[in-house]
Parts: sequence; structure tokens; C-alpha cells
Amino acid sequence: MLFPAFRKVLSAALSIFVCAQLIAQQDADTTIVRSDTGRIKLLSAVTVSALTHKEVIPAQKLSGEEIGRLNSFSVADAMRYFAGVQVKDYGGIGGLKTVDMRSMGTNHMGVFYDGIQVGNAQNGQIDLGRFSMDNIESISLYNGQKSDIFQPARDFGSAGTIYLRSRRPSFDSLTSSHFKGVLKTGSFDLINPSLLWERKLNDKLNFSFSSEYLNSSGKYKFRYKRVFERSGNTAWDTTAVRQNGDIEAQRVEAGLYGNIKRGVWNVKAYFYNSGRGIPGAIVNNVWKRAQRQWDRNFFIQGSFQKNIIPKYDVQLNAKYANDYMRYLNPDTTLLYIDNNFHQQEWYASIANKYSIAKNVDISLSTDFQYNTLTSNLDGFVFPKRFTSLVALATAGEIGRIKLQASILGTFVNESIKSGSNGGGNVALAAPGKQEFTPAIFLSYKPFYRKEFNIRAFYKKIFRMPTFNDLYYTDIGNISLRPEFTHQFNLGFQYTRTPLNSILKRWQLQADVYYNRVTDKIIAVPKGSGMYRWMMMNIGLVEIRGVDAVSDQSFQLFPDAVFHLRATYTYQQAQDFTTRRNPDLQTETWGGQIPYIPWHSASLITGIQYKSWNLNYSYIYTGERYHNSANIPENYEQPWYTSDVSVVKNLKLKKRTSYKISAEINNLFDQDYEVVLNYPMPKRNYKIILSVEL
Amino acid sequence: MRYNYIVILSVFFLATSCRKDVAVFMNEDIPVEQPSADGFAGFYLLNEGNMGSNKSTLDFFDYKTGIYQRNIYAAVNPAIPKEMGDVGNDMRIYGSRLYAVINASNKVEVMNAKTAKRIGQIDIPNCRYIKFDKEFAYVTSYAGPIEINPNYTQKGYVAKIDTATLTIVDKCIVGFQPDDLEISDGKIYVANSGGYMGAGNTEKYERTVSVIDLATFREDKRIDVAYNLHHIKADNRGDIWVTSRGDYKQLPSRLFFIDKMQQKVTDTLPIAVSNFYLDGDSLYTYSTEWSYVTYSNVITYGIINTKTREIVTAAFISDGTDKTIEIPYGIMVNPLTKDIYVTDAGNYVSPGVLYCFDRNGKKKWSVRTGDIPAHFALLP
Repeated sequence: MLFPAFRKVLSAALSIFVCAQLIAQQDADTTIVRSDTGRIKLLSAVTVSALTHKEVIPAQKLSGEEIGRLNSFSVADAMRYFAGVQVKDYGGIGGLKTVDMRSMGTNHMGVFYDGIQVGNAQNGQIDLGRFSMDNIESISLYNGQKSDIFQPARDFGSAGTIYLRSRRPSFDSLTSSHFKGVLKTGSFDLINPSLLWERKLNDKLNFSFSSEYLNSSGKYKFRYKRVFERSGNTAWDTTAVRQNGDIEAQRVEAGLYGNIKRGVWNVKAYFYNSGRGIPGAIVNNVWKRAQRQWDRNFFIQGSFQKNIIPKYDVQLNAKYANDYMRYLNPDTTLLYIDNNFHQQEWYASIANKYSIAKNVDISLSTDFQYNTLTSNLDGFVFPKRFTSLVALATAGEIGRIKLQASILGTFVNESIKSGSNGGGNVALAAPGKQEFTPAIFLSYKPFYRKEFNIRAFYKKIFRMPTFNDLYYTDIGNISLRPEFTHQFNLGFQYTRTPLNSILKRWQLQADVYYNRVTDKIIAVPKGSGMYRWMMMNIGLVEIRGVDAVSDQSFQLFPDAVFHLRATYTYQQAQDFTTRRNPDLQTETWGGQIPYIPWHSASLITGIQYKSWNLNYSYIYTGERYHNSANIPENYEQPWYTSDVSVVKNLKLKKRTSYKISAEINNLFDQDYEVVLNYPMPKRNYKIILSVEL
Repeated sequence: MRYNYIVILSVFFLATSCRKDVAVFMNEDIPVEQPSADGFAGFYLLNEGNMGSNKSTLDFFDYKTGIYQRNIYAAVNPAIPKEMGDVGNDMRIYGSRLYAVINASNKVEVMNAKTAKRIGQIDIPNCRYIKFDKEFAYVTSYAGPIEINPNYTQKGYVAKIDTATLTIVDKCIVGFQPDDLEISDGKIYVANSGGYMGAGNTEKYERTVSVIDLATFREDKRIDVAYNLHHIKADNRGDIWVTSRGDYKQLPSRLFFIDKMQQKVTDTLPIAVSNFYLDGDSLYTYSTEWSYVTYSNVITYGIINTKTREIVTAAFISDGTDKTIEIPYGIMVNPLTKDIYVTDAGNYVSPGVLYCFDRNGKKKWSVRTGDIPAHFALLP
């Protein structure tokens, strides 16, 4: 019934996301029932929001224009603008940047790139500093899991998930190819050109190619200063240049995006190659380091989705990833290290969704994953891991209540080839593991006419010990258990539009939560001397927090729109790890865990006036400690940075548009550290030229 | 509505705390015992700090006041950028000076022994331990010349430092990764560990003590002892006691006795020793060894009579405190009062504890230290 009409809307409004289109199509019959005033808008805007129609708890999301307002270089930079997220930033363009959601630890975060998880079986850490913002169209963050039951089992498998979506080709009736060239340059001797080419091959098939080159000396000025407490006079004040932070990287991506009858498919290949210096900690008498790292990441992934019979949908996903890393310590005063690590991952998933009633869907997903790791490390055991995941989920609506429940079964089996993990015994593989973990999500709309939703969720999930945790020579411990998280969340979302003649839209969402991380995997000192460690399941962390996000748009003049997005996060993340020595336990018991501020906040604002954009963004990270012993020695100052940018859009010919933007980051030139002894850049600049035809 | 919102927002941003200039860290003073007038002036405790943290700190206990002064370096030396440095590995008082070997800062920090006021530094990459003789200081370093034959290898050396000018006057190449050293009867004994070499293959650990003639400052010979040597100490008769770490797998840590006349190992004591302190003829030892059976550290203590070479006791802490110590890391005995000082390094990343026990092994007091409290130096 609605189908033809729906199509008309789509073709008129340009389908941007083929995938979104499909989901929208599938939901078309139920749309009439649930249609409200907002629904029409969604369609005419044709954003990916169509996907979120059944979401119990919507994502925090940055996309399109909002991303454009940020001077973010990498995805990690942009992640700082999400509530509940802390980014550990070791500084500079090539510096490691890891993300921690609601203080559960970076290993609990799943990162998905164009729908499929980016894995790292070796250390579980995804360096989001590697993902350039150049080709990213949206970033969505979900606490718990994506509120969509029609997804691979792996999507149920993290305590929190980030979905990165790269730009997908879409064409109106007049064009059949797009070209975009961007050049970024500025501080740190940055040269960063990128190219995007999209081509409509036929009515049902689009092609996209994107590539990027990055070169930077990574040099920046930083400053340390101490004053006398009483007089405020300078005790010492040193400015130096960050060394060995250089990076050279190439990225190439290509994708095919196809439409079939009541279905879509895509195939994507990704290649990233980089060499970089590791700038290291700045300590007394050592202001320069020599360590280097090379990374080569390749993956190819495909996705296929089809509505088989009216109530039954199927989704297939597959991926092969091949990651190589080499670490070199050529410093002649230290232990010479030249290690390489080579990871491979094979992954396949089938997800089925069936509508058992008008308002009730069930889904069953089965994933298989195989990981291997090889290395030239002495005593390496060459681990292999076979993981199968089965997720059974249901989603439904009963009146004004939306409900979603899922249970995930994870079955892990490991084997090793040879070598010795440094233990007293002959090396063994870790015993097999099977875990069943539930999640339940609820939302309730108490007022029929108001866009006000109350939501709640509970989720229990775990992270597997990584290959390093289990098998790294001398440190690894095969008897490790998974590290569990238990999340309880309660919140609301309220949207009002339009409010009055100036404030056009206001959306507020806030959540309170309680998380518990049990069996936390921690390195404990082992034996004596030479800093030897052993990984053990001894940690216990409790987190109590509040996230709030407020989004609003103001119409200042007919031609000027002002956007403001503010987030605030409060977190009390306490270490309740039991210790053998009661004297030591009193120092750390109940202490705020390392690098988690009690208060953090962000602001993104932008004024759009005709072809000009003026953007301002602000990050605030409150006082923290770099250790659970919250004593003056471990205190870390709050830091806050302001970034501004001016953007001018030019449209010369009918189809050619130019964009010039100038950015100033750390406008007030604050000297700060996110991580102890890793100084961040002072004020820095960037110019971006972009042409699109 | 709109104004309310702006008000809320402004209040929030005003409420968030702001940065101030960071002040030089001032020491904290903690009274721990009654003042005592006779005997030693005090002792320094060097906290290593975890690598990369730049948190090697210096504490001082003043016998005359009974006050423990925690983290004094920055207060005494406020103008030194980045304070004392990264990973303090050894510390000694010689003459009127205090020398602290700061391993990952590649330097020996030289201070006034009475005040801890900085005098200067000697740059030695990857420096480990220090000893003195006449007007010279001798410091071991891992970072000798590089050989590629065909694998990359790098022997260590002992640096000879003129204490008047704080300059290196000579170097003597020894084994791989030399750790502690001792000077006795005109000879320098260096415990070679081979710690970088043996990680994957026990055979590659060093197992010798290098003997350097003080007069010529050349390596005379090697004494075969055991894999992975660490601490070395001459007793009152000039005989040498040396510890091995073992290979952390099958081979346990052991204590060896080198007869100075025969210049070879003549006795092996069947106990593991991580560190020791010699007081008179009593060698106080402790050991931490990882057990792959219980997946925990096995900690033992003991006193050895260096004359009879017998284990006198397998415990010197008598009140049960030993059961709670996570990682014993530093030890010292006051030669006059026989008070025993033992540190607990805990988890290496948060503060440790210093325990003071009386001669009967009963706890007198304890105090929080810096991270990885490790090395003592008694101030006369």
C-alpha cells in the first residue's frame, strides 16, 4: 500500500543510504500504524535515522554538519564530544588514542566500521587515532548495544559500541559520478591530501574509491612549568619540541554498493599502511626517544541483506582481516627489540529476523570467527582462537512500551602451536570458555503527545582475555577468566520542536547508571626485580555516573542558524580491588580509577550565515588522578581546550563547489597533559581546501 | 525557557573547577616515632617509580625529630625541571654526598648528603648500581658498545667517575647487563645478569662475576656462578656473597659464596634471595618468587650468619606482618638499634609502605612512601 508512495518520496528526496532505504522499506507496513508527525520529516530528510525507527534507546550520534563543526582530525578527537566517553590521548597526530566508555576500560568497547567489527585479538585495543575523519560520515555510540535486533551476534558482544560509517555513494538523477579532493595542511608540518571518487555503474550498482596520504613531522612545542606555591613565582619553565612523533600513512578504500530486489549488498576493501615514531614519555633527562612502529592493516568485508518472504529477512556478513605490526626499539642504551606481530581474522555471520506478530520481531544470529597471531617474539606460542556466537533476540511494542531482550552465547576454543609462555610448565592453550550473557532494554512513552521517553537497560557482558593477556611471553596467564561488566541504566529523552520563533529545536537526553566491572584483568608484579608482571583477574571497579546531552538549534535571522550541542558527564569510578596488604588497600580502596575525571563536558556550536560557517568547540576534563591512590602526588590538573574554525563555501559552476576552512586548535594555548608525561600540543593551526564536483 | 537554559549552562561552566599553575611539590612530614638523639642522623629512602612515570622520589627519615619527610626532592630543589627522574635504581652516601642512580633518566644524581641539595649529575645511559673507592665512584651500565655478530648484542661496562669533577675517566667492559658491584681487597666484583639476553632462552643468561683489578681497571677474570646474577656483597672478611635470580622458570634464585682467596664459588645456600642487607655478620635476606602452582608470589625471609654460612632463622618479622606484605622490595638494618626496615612495593604503580620493626621483629611503625620504595642510605 504504502510502498509506491514511499518509493516516490525516496526518489524525490534522493536515497542517500541504500541500507537505510532497505530497512525503511521493511518497516514500511508497520509505519502507518506508528506514523506520527516526525515520521514524514524523517522520510523527506532521508537520513539514516530511518534505521533507528525501532530503537529502544537511540544512539548518541555525530553526523554530517555536526562533524563538520569539529576540528577533529581523527575519530578519537571526535569521540571526546560524546557524553560518558573518555579519550586517552598520548598526544600528536600519530600518538595512541584509546577510548573508554563509562569507565569500563577500552577493551570493553566494540568498534564497528561500516557494519563489521574491527578486531584486535592481540591486545583488544583499537587505536581510534588511526581512523581519519576524512571519509567518515557518522559516528554513533551506543551504551550496551545497538537497539536493533537484526544484526550479527558480535554486535551484542560488547559493553558499549561505536559505529563508524564511511561515506557511501548516492546519486540523483542528473549525476553519475562524484569527485572530491581535499588537502589539509598546517602545524606539525602536516600534509594530508585525500581523494574520493564515486561512480554510478548502473541503476543498481555504485562504486566508491577513497584514498588518503598523511605525512607529518609530529613536531610541536610543549611547555612544562612549576611555580612556588606561596609566592606564585616561577620555579622552572621549560618549552621544548616534541620529537619522534613523525608519521607517514596511506589509506585506500574501495567499495561496491548494490541493490537487488528487496535487498542490498556491498563489498568493501580497506588498506592502511603506516610508519611512525613513538614519542614516549617525557622524563627527567630524556626528552627524545627512538622507538618506531609500523602497521599494515588490510581487510575485505561484505554484507548482504534481503527480505526473503514478507516477514522474514536475512543478513549475511563476512570479513577477512590481515594485520601486521612491527615494533622496533633501536635505542642503544636499552634492550634492543625488533618484534613483529601478524594477526589474521576470518569472520562470517548470518542473522535472521522474523516478524511473528505485527509488533513483535525475533531474530537469531550466528557468527563464526577465527583468529590467529604469529610473532618472532622469543618463546611465542602462536595462539589460534575459534569463537562461535549465537544471539537470540526479540523486540516488540506493547502500547507505549518498547522492549528488547537478547541472550548471547559465546563459545571460545583455543589452541597453540609451540613454544613456552614462560611458565614453569610446558605451554598449554587456555581452556575453552562458554558464557551466556543477557541484555534487556525498555522504553516507555508516558505522554501520547509529547516526545518524551523514559528508558532503562540492563546488560551483562564480558571481554575475553586478549592473546597478550593469555600468552605473551612471561606475562601471559592461561588461567585467566573473562572480565565481566554489569550495567544498569535509567534515563530519558525529550524532544521539542519548534519551541518558539528563535529556538527551533531542543532535544535533551540524560541517563544515570551503575556499572560493575568484575574479574578485571590487571597486571600484578611477579617475583622480584626487572619489572616482571603477571596478568590476574583481581580487579573490581564500581562506576556510578550521569550522562547528559542537550542539542538545540536557533534561528537567529532568516539567514543565520545557530547550533549548540552540550554534553556533561559525571562519573564516580571507584577501585574496590582487594589487596593482601591492608595498609596498601587503604591507599587505593574506593579511590577514583586512573584518568577518569569526576566531571567532564563538551560544547559544539556553530553559526551558519549564508555561505559562511563559524564553529567553536570546547572540551572540559576535570581533575583526575593517574592512580587509584588519590593522593597529591597523583593529582592531574583539569584541562580545557577551545577550537575554532571558519569555513567558506563557494559554488562556482553549477556542480562544482569549493570549501576553504581555517582552524585554530587549543585557541588559548593551554599547556596540558591527558596522560602523565605525554604533553599535548600548544596552539596549532590547520587549513583545509576541498573541491567537490 | 531559552534564558533559563543559558543560565543553567553558565552556572555549570562557572561551577567547573579551573586550572591553576602547578606548584612545586612540597614534602609531607609525618611523625612516626619518638625523637632519639644518639646514633644516626637519619636515612634516605629512594622510591623507584614505575618506568615512564618519572616518579622516582626521595624520602628522608630524621631520627632526631622522629619525623618522616615524604617526597623532599622538589622542595629542596625547586628549580630542577621534571624533578629527580625516572626509576631510581640505587643510592649511596659517600663522604658528604648522596648519589642516586636514576636508571631510566640515564644519570647519577649527586646531592649534598645532609640537605639533598643537588650538586650535579653524571650522564650514564642505562646505569644500574654504584660503589666507591678512594676518590672514584664506579657505576655499572647495561649500555656498552654494540656488536652485530650476527645478532645484535651489547655488553655492559663499569664507569669510573672522578668524584671531584663528576666526569667519567675510564670504562671497563664486562659481561651482558651487569647489575650490582662490590669492591673488596683491590678488586671490583661485578654480577653479570644477561637479563636482556636470557628472556627467551635460559642458556643466554650470563652466569659469571667479572673481577676487575682496581689498579689497572681491566677485567682480570670471570668467576662462574649461576645464571642471571643480581646482588653482590663482601662480608667482614672480604669474601663475596652473590645472588642469582634464576631463570624465573625451572631454576630458582640462590645465594652463593665466593671465597676471595680461591676466587671461586665454594658454597651455595639453598635459599632464594631477591635482596639482602649485611649487618655485622648477619645477612638479612628476603625473596619473592612466582609460583606457577598457586599463581601467587611466594615470599620468604631469613638471616644468614656469614661466618658459619648457616641459615640462622627463616623469619625476622615475628608479629605476622610478613603475611600481609605484597612485594618486599627494600631492606635495611640500623647497626645501632638493630631496627629492621622493610618496604612493600605493592602493585608497583601506587604508593608503597615502609615498615619499621624492632630487633625482635615486632612492628614499631609504618608509613606510606612513594611508588616502589626500594633503596636505603643511612646518614651518619
